[in-house]
Amino acid sequence: MEKTQILSENDIDRVVKRISHEILERNKGSESLVFIGVQKRGIPLANRIAENIGKFEGTSLKTGKLDIAFYRDDIGKNIKPGVRITDIPFDIEGKNVILVDDVLYTGRTVRAALDALIDFGRPRSIQLVVLIDRGHRELPVRADYVGKNLPTSRSEAVEVRLKETDGVDSVTLVKKKE
Amino acid sequence: MLSKKSLLDIESLDLEDIKLILSNTDSFLEISKREVKKVPTLRGKTVFNLFFEVSTRTKTSFEIAAKRLSADIINFSAANSSIKKGESVVDTLKTILSMKVDLIVIRHSDSGTARMIDGFVNVPVINAGDGKHQHPTQALLDLYTIKKRFGDFKGLKVAIVGDFIDSRVARSDISLFEKMGMDITIVSPAMFLPEDFSELKVRYQIDDVIEDCDILYMLRMQFERQDRKFYPSIMEYKRFLGLDMGRLKRMRPGSIVMHPGPVNRGVEISDEVMDVGGKLAERIVIEEQVTYGLAVRMAILYLILG
Repeated sequence: MEKTQILSENDIDRVVKRISHEILERNKGSESLVFIGVQKRGIPLANRIAENIGKFEGTSLKTGKLDIAFYRDDIGKNIKPGVRITDIPFDIEGKNVILVDDVLYTGRTVRAALDALIDFGRPRSIQLVVLIDRGHRELPVRADYVGKNLPTSRSEAVEVRLKETDGVDSVTLVKKKE
Repeated sequence: MLSKKSLLDIESLDLEDIKLILSNTDSFLEISKREVKKVPTLRGKTVFNLFFEVSTRTKTSFEIAAKRLSADIINFSAANSSIKKGESVVDTLKTILSMKVDLIVIRHSDSGTARMIDGFVNVPVINAGDGKHQHPTQALLDLYTIKKRFGDFKGLKVAIVGDFIDSRVARSDISLFEKMGMDITIVSPAMFLPEDFSELKVRYQIDDVIEDCDILYMLRMQFERQDRKFYPSIMEYKRFLGLDMGRLKRMRPGSIVMHPGPVNRGVEISDEVMDVGGKLAERIVIEEQVTYGLAVRMAILYLILG
């Protein structure tokens, strides 16, 4: 297996700060913003972005956790590990929801996340943040804020590691030997 | 995702299965707290609730569990008396199977029925109680309730009190609690004890354990199986095995009282204890057992069908 580092700790820090500024700029403030991270590495990213924006604006912003297992489109077809916690301790009705995930690939996770969110209410908008967009979409989904576009082949894997979940911040591309 | 196709008894679950069910249940608990209490997870799946014996809470619990996961559920109840063992069950099953169901939940008054039909059908089977044999989902919801209160299981002292002779709940609980490393004491007069319980720690009165247990598990006096006259009188049952206010107050701080329901008020638990308020009410977790039971059954349906 061949590993190439794509983003270092500093790179990730800069990317997250840049995205935080972009969100604030596009939404003209933080008033109606809530942040929801997709299990599991979307959650630390959502928290970091919310914290950044909170600092810029001198306020504290709400964050939630979303697991998409209940909304998978391959139930009974693929074996998946269990279900993680969903915890959205606020009303999303009328809010601008910033949905955060680590990697955007086929788009199926995002489709499931959108269905899940709608079950919690009718937000004013949902905007998607991803750290890495690696292409190969199977559904008409795009991100509003992208950390890095990374052309990949399907045989490669993108490994995102974050301090909160893995002890380090890094993104690596793993090539599997044929 | 479970190591077996069906859930028939506690013995055939391995430790990983049990941990998987417990760790998933938290997520299913969350669904019932939503305003829209439904997720599309098991859309298109059909679950058959096949009850040859009366049941309110288990049947309803499975029904709500399936519905909150968007599965279709069909209830079939048959009066116990009209069913002749074996033959009729198999005939009923043939009919059901021709309607293409995805999972069968079965309760029957004969021990071993769940395993018998599991050998006969190719869809998963969940045992919702078979005679005096097993009631695995009850034991799993009991275990989850204990986890919510105590976090861990090792070394917890459980006293199981009451009528053991026909109790499938007791059999499943003992087996599961032992697997998890809990310290079990049986409290029952000799005439309520099946022979194969002789290796367990046995006490004869609730007063022997009341001050020294973390969990007091009160079994239901099974009046419906009382063609046998094992116990002289309800007065005597209350005196030696019943939970009243005096005994409740003597329990350790942090200890809990469980019961599989439905409670015979004034027999195994007094009216006063059932309706207690304030600080002492925190010890009675019977309603939590029902709430958690729903989430545990949702998790099991998902882990079998998802």
